[in-house]
Amino acid sequence: MTAAAGSSPAPIDAVPLRHPWRWVGAGVIVVLVGLFLYGAATNKAYGWSTYAEYLFNDRILLGVWNTLQLTVYAMVLGVGLGIVLSVMRLSPNPVFGAVAWVFLWIFRGTPVYVQLVFWGLIPTIYQNIQLGVPFGPSLLHVNLQSLSIPFLLAVVGLGLNEAAYMAEIIRAGITSVPEGQSEASTALGMSWGMTMRRTVLPQAMRVIIPPTGNELISMLKTTSLVTAVPYSYDLYSIASREIAARIFEPVPLLLVAATWYLVVTSILMVGQHHLEKYFSKGISRQLTSKQLETLAKAQTEAGHV
Amino acid sequence: MTVMVQAEQVCKNYGALPVLKGVTLSVDRGQVLVLVGPSGSGKSTFLRCINHLETVTAGRLYVDGELVGYRERAGKLYEMSPREAAKQRRDIGMVFQHFNLFPHRTALDNIIEAPVHVKGVKKAQAVERAKDLLHQVGLSDKADAYPAQLSGGQQQRVAIARALAMDPKLMLFDEPTSALDPELVGEVLAVMKRLAGEGMTMIVVTHEMGFAREVADELVFMDGGVIVESGPPREVLSNPQHDRTKTFLSKVM
Repeated sequence: MTAAAGSSPAPIDAVPLRHPWRWVGAGVIVVLVGLFLYGAATNKAYGWSTYAEYLFNDRILLGVWNTLQLTVYAMVLGVGLGIVLSVMRLSPNPVFGAVAWVFLWIFRGTPVYVQLVFWGLIPTIYQNIQLGVPFGPSLLHVNLQSLSIPFLLAVVGLGLNEAAYMAEIIRAGITSVPEGQSEASTALGMSWGMTMRRTVLPQAMRVIIPPTGNELISMLKTTSLVTAVPYSYDLYSIASREIAARIFEPVPLLLVAATWYLVVTSILMVGQHHLEKYFSKGISRQLTSKQLETLAKAQTEAGHV
Repeated sequence: MTVMVQAEQVCKNYGALPVLKGVTLSVDRGQVLVLVGPSGSGKSTFLRCINHLETVTAGRLYVDGELVGYRERAGKLYEMSPREAAKQRRDIGMVFQHFNLFPHRTALDNIIEAPVHVKGVKKAQAVERAKDLLHQVGLSDKADAYPAQLSGGQQQRVAIARALAMDPKLMLFDEPTSALDPELVGEVLAVMKRLAGEGMTMIVVTHEMGFAREVADELVFMDGGVIVESGPPREVLSNPQHDRTKTFLSKVM
C-alpha cells in the first residue's frame, strides 16, 4: 500500500544488542595492566625518583630543544630538496632526470649512520672552501677546520638523506592527480608552473601529507644518530651519554628521553591531523557543517512561509 | 563572415599510428559545427589539436587567422614557446567529457581561477562575473558547493561557465554529455543551445543527433581519421550519401 506522507511514524525504540564478551576481555586486560604497573612501580631498577628528578632537568630540556631544531631544519631541507628532485625526475629534460635518479640511488641506498659519519669527516676531506674563478683569483675563502659546525653538518646529513625519501613521496603525490586536471588547467591558458602550483600540488598534498607526517616523526627519532657526526647535544646524547654515564643509572634516563620523544610525537600527530583535514577539502560529498547549517536554515524558513 | 577555424590537410600520428589523415574544414565566426563519428575516428583528437593540447604532425591549422602552435617566418615553421602557446589557448574555451573541475575549489573558485590568475582580472570583478555566469547556467545557489557535491549535469554546467569566464572567441566541446545520466543531458544541452543562440562559435563532438539537427549549422561525419561526409545537419541526417554514414546513423538514431 502506498500512503502519502502525512503523519510521521514513531521513532524506533528497541532493546540494544548486548556484548558480554567485550566486558570479559576488558576485565582481563585491566588485570594484566594493573599487575604490570604494580611491578613497575615497586621495581627499584626503574629508579622513579631519578626519573622525576631529571624529567625537567635543564640539560634535558636543552636536549629537547636541540632535537626539535635538528628535526625541523633537516625536515625543511629534506622537503625543499625533495620537491626539486621530484620535479626533476618528472621533467622531460633527461639530464635533470638522471641527476635526480643518481642522487636517490646514493642517498637511499646507503645507511644514514654511514652518511652522518661521512658528513662529520667533511672538514677533514675539504679543509678549505674557495669561491672564485677556476684557476683564477679567489673571491671567498673559508677554512672549514677552524669552524665549529657539527650542528650544521648533522642538519645537512639528515636533510639530504631525507630529501631522497621525500622526493619519492612527492612524486607519488603528483602522479596521483588525474591527467584531466593539468589538461583543464592547460586549456585555460595556465603555464606549467602555475598548473603545478595551483592545481596539481594542492591536490597532491592529500596524498603527500600522511607519509610526510610519518617521515617527520621518524626524523625526530633518527636525530638520535647524530652522535655519529659527532654532535652530542641532542636529547638522546645528553640523556644517555652525558647524564646516565655520569650517575650510572641508564634506565630512568632512557625513560626520561622516551617520555620527551613521545610528548613531541603526540604534538606532531595533532598537527598532522589538522593538515590532513585542511587538504582534504572538497574530497568528500558530505556537506560541511557550515553548508548543512545554511540548508537547514533555508528549510525552516521555507517551512514558515 | 570571417573564418574562425581553418584546417588544411591536418594530420596527426601517434608514433607510427596515424589518427588524423588529412582533415580539411573551416568554421565561420558564429557558426556551430558538430563532429560525429564512431569512437576512434579521430574527432576528439582533432578537437584537441585546435587548442594545441595535441601537436599537429602535418598540415596547417589556423584559429582566427593565427597558426596554432607554430610561428611561420620566411616559409619555415618555429615551435612556439610554452608561454606563447598558453597565450593562444586563453581565447579558446574547452569543455571535457569528464568535466575536469578542480575538486579542491568551490564552483565559484573554479570559475574565477583562470580570469584572476591567468588574465589578472581583479578578484571582486571576477566574482561578479562568475556569479553572473552561474546564474546563466542556472546554478546561482551552488556557488559555494564543491564539485563532489554536485550532480554530473551541474558539474558540466559549472565547467561551461568556467570556460566562458575567459571570454573565449571559440568554444570546444568534447563529448560534453557522454558521461551524464540520460535525465541530466537535457540541462547541459539547453545551456549549449542558448550559447549558440547568442552567437558563440562552437565545435561540438557529440552523439546527440537531436542537438545536431536543431542547433548545428554544419555536421561533419568522420571515420578512420578522415571526413567522410559533411553538410547541413538535416540533409546529412535524413539523406546520408555514404554507406559508412548510413551504418553509423542507423546505430545511433
